[in-house]
Amino acid sequence: MTALYTLTDLSKRYTRGRESITIFEELNMTIEQGEFIAIMGPSGSGKTTLLNLLGGIDRPSTGSVECEGVRVDKLSEGNLARWRSANVGFIFQFYNLMETLSAAQNVELPLLLTNLSPKERKRRVRTALEIVGIEDRAGHRPAQLSGGQQQRVGIARAIVADPKVLLADEPTGDLDRSTADEVLETLQLLNKEMNKTIVMVTHDPAAAGYASKELHLDKGRFVAKENA
Amino acid sequence: MNRLTLVRKNLFRKKTRSTLLLLSIAIAFLLYGALGAFNQFWEDPPQAPTRLVTLNKINFTQPLPYAYYNRLQSVDGIVAASHANWFGGYFREPTNVVTSFAVEPESWFTVYPEFTMPAEQRARFISDRTCMAAGAPIAEQYGWSVGDRIPLQSNIFTRADGAEAWQLEVCAIYTSTADTAGAGAVLLHYELFRETASFGGNSLGWFVLLTEDAALNESVSRGIDDMFANSSAETETSTEAAFNQAFLEQFGDIATILSLVIGAAFVSILIIVGTTMVLAIAERTKEIGVLKTLGFRNNAVFGLVLAESVFLSLLGGLIGLGLAAGLLMAAEAGLGDAFPPIVITFEIAASAVGLMLLFGLITGLIPAASALRLKIIDAFSKG
Repeated sequence: MTALYTLTDLSKRYTRGRESITIFEELNMTIEQGEFIAIMGPSGSGKTTLLNLLGGIDRPSTGSVECEGVRVDKLSEGNLARWRSANVGFIFQFYNLMETLSAAQNVELPLLLTNLSPKERKRRVRTALEIVGIEDRAGHRPAQLSGGQQQRVGIARAIVADPKVLLADEPTGDLDRSTADEVLETLQLLNKEMNKTIVMVTHDPAAAGYASKELHLDKGRFVAKENA
Repeated sequence: MNRLTLVRKNLFRKKTRSTLLLLSIAIAFLLYGALGAFNQFWEDPPQAPTRLVTLNKINFTQPLPYAYYNRLQSVDGIVAASHANWFGGYFREPTNVVTSFAVEPESWFTVYPEFTMPAEQRARFISDRTCMAAGAPIAEQYGWSVGDRIPLQSNIFTRADGAEAWQLEVCAIYTSTADTAGAGAVLLHYELFRETASFGGNSLGWFVLLTEDAALNESVSRGIDDMFANSSAETETSTEAAFNQAFLEQFGDIATILSLVIGAAFVSILIIVGTTMVLAIAERTKEIGVLKTLGFRNNAVFGLVLAESVFLSLLGGLIGLGLAAGLLMAAEAGLGDAFPPIVITFEIAASAVGLMLLFGLITGLIPAASALRLKIIDAFSKG
């Protein structure tokens, strides 16, 4: 496999008043293309911070985040936005759908940043909704959908621009067990059938079981565990 | 879907709030459009450049001796003169106000060449003292036709013979080729008025004069006023435009009042809309964070928020301007023939649209700048 991400000597510190808080220090890791990684760890261990650094929505205090040879941590705000729209799909715990837009319109949002024709955008939206099995709810607004359906729309939005990597922050944290399993099966499908690299932060060991690799982050260090 | 859809959907996410905001802006531009049209009419009333009006210096309600009419025509530079008396007419009911003047017919149409009618109607009106000439708007308003006999009463004058009304035949219906004040009035013969009115028949209300050239207006005006200086009825001669303006300004310094009203309304509404926009955007902090996460650049988010504000302002403003146009049309119907139509001119409409854009930009600038500066991490921690 080829390395998609290389994190070298990564540190993240926050300053709260006069106090400096270290989240992790000199963290090194590689994420291979096509991996499905579950990152687990206690609250405050830096799981979400790590995800933010991978997605280029936060910058490290020191060290580097490299994705396919691109120093993500060095990109300007404008280039970072462009890089995110082309390479990363985000899946949130609370879905973060636009309440005024229909499911299809929510999925179409990332495509507004492309030069695709309206017809092509519609086609891609339909395909994305079909992949997550929610095409029959295309015209519904988020408030008219269940939690599981909203998360499927969130996943469709994440994959519609065909990014290389999906970053999921507690994607099943707001769902019941059976709905969570359905969502996780969808993620597994995207990983196995469409070769999407997925990095998922979760507290749930059952959810982590769907990943090909589990990383436990504790006190700024990783402990890896390969899943069957 | 495109970005405009996004703007529109966001704008109307809270329908009650959006409606109230639109209403606020519409009221501001209703005021701007309607009062602006009045203001422009005030400042630039219709006029003929060589037409002068001579009044009693005390005010226009005070009469002038009939003898002045012949004397003032000797002033160099005058090519035509006529006179009129305010008749204060009404038709059947005092509420059916009819702007009406007792005039010398032939000379009246000389000083107002823009009033036109068929030649035979004109000849009939001039030759028959029991005739009246009606402006087309008032004839249309009351459904009068040539040949109808109309009982015209006055809320000022009574008949010497005790009869209630002046029975007049509509001999001519005239139209005007210009927006002249009085273009819709009813004209009756001064001679008839003089002979039949119980009082007021030996004096005149005002004179209307035409000069050879607008450049002579000042010397002619001075010549007339000097002629009657130190008399029992001193005169004041001015251009028709100045006369119209002076007439209107008796209601106060309208332009200043209008500017203050418009200004106060605008500032108040600007503050309300600006504050509401800031709050509305603050409510959507997380959504803005999501947009940025998806790859929308800072300036794109700035543009979306600003576009919302400008769109809101344009929509509300155009509604207000439309209401103002409707209001002016209703006012015109109510005023009947008393004034030429007061309309929203192209200049007012263009300045209103400019103001809408400015209004939208000002009210949207603070929330758009906040959205621009918002960091994704902060958006999710605040949201």
